[in-house]
Amino acid sequence: MVALDHKGMSDNRTAGTSDEKVFEVLLPVARQQRSQAMIERLEGTFRLNLHPHHAIWMFLLFILAVGTAHAQAPKELISPIDALIKWSPFILWGPEGGLTGFSLNIIISFFAMLFGTIAGVALGLMQISLLLPVRTGSWIVTQFFRNSPWLVLLFTIMLLFPFEIDLGFVVIPIPDWMKAVIGFSLPVMANLSEVVRGAVRSLPSGQWESAESLAFNRRETLWMIILPQCFKRMIPPWINWYCILTMSTPLCSIMGVEESVTYTAQALNAEGDRPELLPVFYVFLLLIHFIYTYPIARWSIQLEKKFAIKL
Amino acid sequence: MASPSQSGNGSGTNWTPDQPMVSIKDVHKSFGDLEVLKGVSLDVMKGECICIIGPSGSGKSTLIRCVNALNDIQQGSILVEGLEVNDPNLDKLELRKKVGMVFQQYNLFPHKTAIENIMMAPITVLKQDKDEVAEHANSLIKKVRLEGKENSYPGELSGGQQQRVAIARSLAMSPDVMLFDEVTAALDPETVKEVLNTIQELAEEGMTCILVTHEMGFAREVANHIYFTDFGLIVEHGAPATFFDDAKDPRTKEFLSQIL
Amino acid sequence: MELFGDYFKQLYDTSGWNFVIFYDQVEWQRFVEAIWTTIKLIIACLIFSLIVGFVGAWAQGAQSKIVRNVIAGYIQFFRNTPPFVQILFFYFVLGNLTPSYDAGGYQEAYIGSFGWAVISLGFFAGAFNTEIFRSGIEAVPESTVEAASALGYTRLQSYIHVVFPLAFRVCLPALNNNLVNLLKTTTLAYGIAVPEMMYTANQIWSDNVNVPEMMIVLFFFYVGLVAILVYGMSRWERSMKIPGYG
Repeated sequence: MVALDHKGMSDNRTAGTSDEKVFEVLLPVARQQRSQAMIERLEGTFRLNLHPHHAIWMFLLFILAVGTAHAQAPKELISPIDALIKWSPFILWGPEGGLTGFSLNIIISFFAMLFGTIAGVALGLMQISLLLPVRTGSWIVTQFFRNSPWLVLLFTIMLLFPFEIDLGFVVIPIPDWMKAVIGFSLPVMANLSEVVRGAVRSLPSGQWESAESLAFNRRETLWMIILPQCFKRMIPPWINWYCILTMSTPLCSIMGVEESVTYTAQALNAEGDRPELLPVFYVFLLLIHFIYTYPIARWSIQLEKKFAIKL
Repeated sequence: MASPSQSGNGSGTNWTPDQPMVSIKDVHKSFGDLEVLKGVSLDVMKGECICIIGPSGSGKSTLIRCVNALNDIQQGSILVEGLEVNDPNLDKLELRKKVGMVFQQYNLFPHKTAIENIMMAPITVLKQDKDEVAEHANSLIKKVRLEGKENSYPGELSGGQQQRVAIARSLAMSPDVMLFDEVTAALDPETVKEVLNTIQELAEEGMTCILVTHEMGFAREVANHIYFTDFGLIVEHGAPATFFDDAKDPRTKEFLSQIL
Repeated sequence: MELFGDYFKQLYDTSGWNFVIFYDQVEWQRFVEAIWTTIKLIIACLIFSLIVGFVGAWAQGAQSKIVRNVIAGYIQFFRNTPPFVQILFFYFVLGNLTPSYDAGGYQEAYIGSFGWAVISLGFFAGAFNTEIFRSGIEAVPESTVEAASALGYTRLQSYIHVVFPLAFRVCLPALNNNLVNLLKTTTLAYGIAVPEMMYTANQIWSDNVNVPEMMIVLFFFYVGLVAILVYGMSRWERSMKIPGYG
């Protein structure tokens, strides 16, 4: 039966309710898919499902773009391939290796992930607090930032955050890319907050009860028993969120942050905006993002499969 | 050879009630390299109820799935009221109007209520009038003793109840032959009885039935004829009394001694 | 309406909070048009992504290995590259290659920025929908299809009456997740100057220097839209739930 071969069968993480028997007869995969959808709804992201041969398709597209561009290009001007070779260091590292361009995308993604994770874990733990106001407050914050478009959040921070902070004795300048870091860390925070809450809730209540019967207090139970167990199952969605974050960093080119998209536009401009250069440069841009994200997404799937068996 | 383009219940075939209603001759069937049926022949007369028994993997389920053209066959012939099932130009709708089938796993449509499950096929497939179908469906619900469960969804019914809905769903097509493929195998022991009772009543009313079953007591009571299959062949067959008490073949004996 | 406008005018005079869209007729018009554009954009993307999903899922069941690989490549491409760059790619690269017509002195493309936003976002969300629909169809057991064919259903009839209604119910939750994501992603159309809410808000705050006020409006607008969609979808999910199955 086709249905039983479905990849998801092995990594069902929330199986085991009373009506299992009846369900298995009729719609064997359906419930698993529903619970998968619920996990994804909670974590706010899809599982990326990748195979190595998919990378080949990306390269074929690139070659196609270069090929058509070559055919179109006038002979007396610099050829698209030469233009790309000339400009690719600029798009990747910025002028004189100034850590702008695509490397700035990565730097932004690192810092946004760092701040987003710290804030997200804190917010997530607040969501499971015993104090109702803390729980409600953190829930509202989480939902608010989860359900706002990233671009709106980014605009808010870019436009409303001061460009420098005066601490009286020292003035700290805040460059645009650092504001972008804050702007991106907000949705990451909110989504990771839900990941934490979901992971804690997915543990059987017996863990809490047995810890309580062994006279652990709540803080000890959380840090010594619950969170270590949740840690593993939070890793795959965490990596997944990193991929999504990285793929969102080009957004800050709208505000003129000097990352890969901004520099691609500048490079094209410097070459006189020749239409036959457009496909080559934009496919190159897509390609470098793909090359960076792809191994990470694959890694997350492998980890998930590995953990799914052990859990 | 039958004329498949005719419509109506078997009106266009040259079949007469004195001929076997289902006639299976030298049927061979393989799944890849695995030969499941190695030349099976049997006849079922109108109003007869036959049981096919045998160890798992002996090809009994495959055989009755072939009767309904759910599996194709490589060699041989299956005639249902004169309709050749092994004909590549077979009108499958014509065949399936004659042959009803009930499955081990009920296979009800879970998004439809019991009564809708029963009414769906006559309306969409046979294009029958909705009110007539509803009337028929209600009488079938009564027949399988599920009054009050008309508007329950399959997921809300027990296995035995679901299986009886499945029987009613097949009957709604007014078939001439009913195939039962291990219909009690997936059921809890306490609900097996209610399903068997329903089938027994059908058989007693004169419905032509072909059953694949592991319920030996039931087979003995209901069947007119028992066929024992092993390794894709009919090893032995006979009337229930002689078959169960006076089996000749050593494989039959061994099987019966294990199961009884 | 008068009273409403007066209140916000007064608010501006007394506190300096300038919700210009609520008392200035011209800005109000701009705002309402942006609402319509946004909703049109969302619905168009939604429909297009569903069509892409159907076709993609159908093509993934094709016999030809080449067709299946092309679909798999498409899915991976759109899932693993930045959607914002995708939009730019569609608009600038493909928009450049598609024909245009003479609209009285200047060249007007047949597909404008709105069209490219729909195509690009539709393909982006469609990549996810393809996977969702495929897994939904896979969730319907072969034996249920068999039961339908034993009842005399043709292949098409069993698809219409059994496989599709069941598969749809199975994939509805995942589909809803994707549609909520799509709603938020439509703001990326800003990048190619589609006059939707994000873009219009930017224009309004540029003209009126009221960034914080417009930000508040933006948040209310989008969080509100998401809330309405989520509410509607979860009601729909509940009504479509197959009774007796968890």
